[in-house]
Amino acid sequence: MMYQISKEPIDIQAVIDKVVQREAGAITTFIGTVRELTKGKKTLFLIYEAYEAMAVKKLEQIGQEIEQRWEGSCVAITHRVGRLDITDVAVVIAVSTPHRADAYDANRYAIERIKEIVPIWKKEHWEEGEAWMGNQLETVAYPSGKPEESDLNE
Amino acid sequence: MNKVLFFAHLRDAVGEEFLSVDASGKTVAELKAELAAKYNLPKMDTVMTAVNEEFAANDEVIRDGDEIAFIPPVSGG
Repeated sequence: MMYQISKEPIDIQAVIDKVVQREAGAITTFIGTVRELTKGKKTLFLIYEAYEAMAVKKLEQIGQEIEQRWEGSCVAITHRVGRLDITDVAVVIAVSTPHRADAYDANRYAIERIKEIVPIWKKEHWEEGEAWMGNQLETVAYPSGKPEESDLNE
Repeated sequence: MNKVLFFAHLRDAVGEEFLSVDASGKTVAELKAELAAKYNLPKMDTVMTAVNEEFAANDEVIRDGDEIAFIPPVSGG
């Protein structure tokens, strides 16, 4: 299972181990963690919620996109759901490739794509309230009802 | 019948994780508009729709048994 949604704390090494391959010269690991301060506002904790079946499919899609774009790459992603405290690990992305530059680029691509197409939402809890985070600036609208090709293939 | 799933602020607005509705023959846009009006759902222009776990266009026609999900702007990562 290279792509998972986890209700339990993520075992970072286990994600890395999934992409070990003899052809690889590099493995990059991205660890997304819960930040305390955002624009001066203090977060107490977060709740992550996922449309799990679809989220796994979309993580798989991202992996396929990477494997097509960066030859010889291997990808594993685990995203946490449930309540997370400050400093907890929300997501781990491991990418192995024959050469290091590709491993960095492909890993960056994965996290940016997660923020576009994977159905996972976070609810911020502050001292003074709570809110589901999305595109807070409301700069992204989908007039056709789904992401455009340009959103999906940039 | 169709299972219609809600997430994030939409789930809070509807008060249910999902509804069972008969949406067969309707387009995604028609169902969206109907439920938006019934539950006074906010910011529906930024909400994507999935049919059977894949993003669907507003003009897609829903068939009996399809699972529909309304997907607010995502915030994972």
